[in-house]
Amino acid sequence: MEEGHTLPGVRIEWDKRGVDKMAMSVIWTGMVAASVLYGFWAGNGPAVAAACMEGAAAGVELCLTMAGVTCLWMGVMEVMKRAGVAEKLSRLLRPVLCRLYPDCKRDKETMDDISANVSANLLGLGNAATPLGIRAARRMAAKKPGVASDSLCMLVVCNTASIQLIPTTVAAVRLSAGCQTPFDILPAVWLTSAVALCVGVLAAKFMSRMGRRKK
Amino acid sequence: MTLLFQMLVPLIMAAVALYAMTRRVDVYGALCQGAGEGLGVMVKIVPAMIGLLTAVYMLRASGLLEALGTLLAPLLTRVGVPPETIGLLLVRPVSGNAALGVGSELISTYGPDSLIGRTAAVMLGSTETTFYTIAVYFGAAGIKKTRHALPAALCADVTAFLAAAWSVRLFFGI
Repeated sequence: MEEGHTLPGVRIEWDKRGVDKMAMSVIWTGMVAASVLYGFWAGNGPAVAAACMEGAAAGVELCLTMAGVTCLWMGVMEVMKRAGVAEKLSRLLRPVLCRLYPDCKRDKETMDDISANVSANLLGLGNAATPLGIRAARRMAAKKPGVASDSLCMLVVCNTASIQLIPTTVAAVRLSAGCQTPFDILPAVWLTSAVALCVGVLAAKFMSRMGRRKK
Repeated sequence: MTLLFQMLVPLIMAAVALYAMTRRVDVYGALCQGAGEGLGVMVKIVPAMIGLLTAVYMLRASGLLEALGTLLAPLLTRVGVPPETIGLLLVRPVSGNAALGVGSELISTYGPDSLIGRTAAVMLGSTETTFYTIAVYFGAAGIKKTRHALPAALCADVTAFLAAAWSVRLFFGI
């Protein structure tokens, strides 16, 4: 999920407070100020000055060399979308997801949104996944306003873990750095994502049980 | 197996195109439309990348990242994570574009096929912008009490960073 992208049809209340914009400003200012101060202190001032120009050029270069692969893949994703691949995948996923969200099992619309959200995430359609996930989150929140239910926590945890099957952006970055086989990291990415997702899901289940015992 | 992964993207492209043809989809029109939209996305990313790569290059040149890495090296090497990736670990949960900037700098500096380059790539490919995602979801759903969502999500992130370093060693033996 990229910061600052607009979600069609979804009004985001926190955006008005400008939280997301300020966060980036703080990070960027912090990075620049820290490197100038530390560069002076460590005697790397000239290197910092040179890097400043170099970095800006590298930013444009990176985008240019990434553009081909990224655009091609977005084209392929558009074909997938029109052919209904995402819907098919989401139908396959439903039985598994019902186990993960036991209290939403009977709520067909929420389950529809959740499985569509997961299948869009798997295919890397981040822009399609977020509005669907948010719709499901709102419906879950309506039952118990202000407090995150177990299912809502699970939905959020699953969306903070990356389950994208073909991480094209990373592949494009590797390609632009002169890599011959940018996708050879796929097995490592899949293993890592699967392990991380499992840990996240188990942690969510475990913590919800612990929290209940405390009460 | 290696050939399969090399051929994966062309295979997917061919399979999707053939499947879409059986569904009577205008494959070429859709491809061009999607690619055109991709161009728009890329144009939107350019300013962010200029700003962030400038900051990342400066941070690298100042020696601060290196110092931070050396400081945390005993801890990171013990768990098997290359200390050079410290910047990526710090920035990944907060900002996707900043992580892309830090990661691409690592990949181009150390080489895409080096241990560090590969680890950075796997870290980028198997994690998400946790804080941002949580803010969007809970903000949109009007949730104040987030309960265990953040700690559980951070557990997954830490696991992903460790597993990325381990799996790169496992699959590439470097």
